[in-house]
Amino acid sequence: MEEMTAVDELASSLPEPVGGEDDKLVIFAWSGDLDRVWPTLILATTAAAMGTRTTVFFTFWGLFPLVKNDVRITGENWMQKMLSLLNRGGTEHLKLSKMNFVGAGPAMMKKLARDHKVASPTELLEMAGEMGVDLIPCQMTMDLMGLSRDDLIDGLGEPAGATTALLAARGATTLFI
Amino acid sequence: MNVTIARTLDLKGFSCPLPIVKTSKAIKEMASGEVVEVLATDPGSVPDFTAWCRATGNELLEQTREEGVFRFLVRKR
Repeated sequence: MEEMTAVDELASSLPEPVGGEDDKLVIFAWSGDLDRVWPTLILATTAAAMGTRTTVFFTFWGLFPLVKNDVRITGENWMQKMLSLLNRGGTEHLKLSKMNFVGAGPAMMKKLARDHKVASPTELLEMAGEMGVDLIPCQMTMDLMGLSRDDLIDGLGEPAGATTALLAARGATTLFI
Repeated sequence: MNVTIARTLDLKGFSCPLPIVKTSKAIKEMASGEVVEVLATDPGSVPDFTAWCRATGNELLEQTREEGVFRFLVRKR
């Protein structure tokens, strides 16, 4: 058994915990790519574990991961329907921004993640909700892309606009991913 | 060190952020002053547990390594 002294050095170099009202993280989740959604959800769940008040505002392409995995065609007009056909929603159907290879890339990535016991985006999103992360869908994007509240998973906050997101972001650490 | 362990979490094999996320979940259900023992194999969990305890105010009583398994004793604040 050995004591790990290097860690004590690390501990002394870390900043004092902020805590309280000021300890806030707001992530603007703009991308729907697997390789961006994944770190977004890792950061959100970790922040919640650290006691940080955490909000994720899902906007534009970032809204699609919130679509239920079994929902296929969404939208009211042909353009919105076409969009959902070409850009399927749900955490099980995310694409990589590079090395996608018509879905082979994400499949391999998921296998690697399983082998290394890395939680999947689906699991992390569920955990985030359970841990009290505010998951806010962008109302404007929902209207634009033709996504209704019923198309989206349970456990989300009320859809809101930029004002709500920016108010939450006041004094918070913010990330745009 | 002579402490009473209230709960043991076997998180061997799990990668970031699960060791921290699962520990924070477990510690929520524990009483203040109780000690949780965490076993992990993710090398990243070593600096992460230090940082997490710093952020949350929980006390990292002990951290040791034996045959590739990291063992953390955390006392709930």
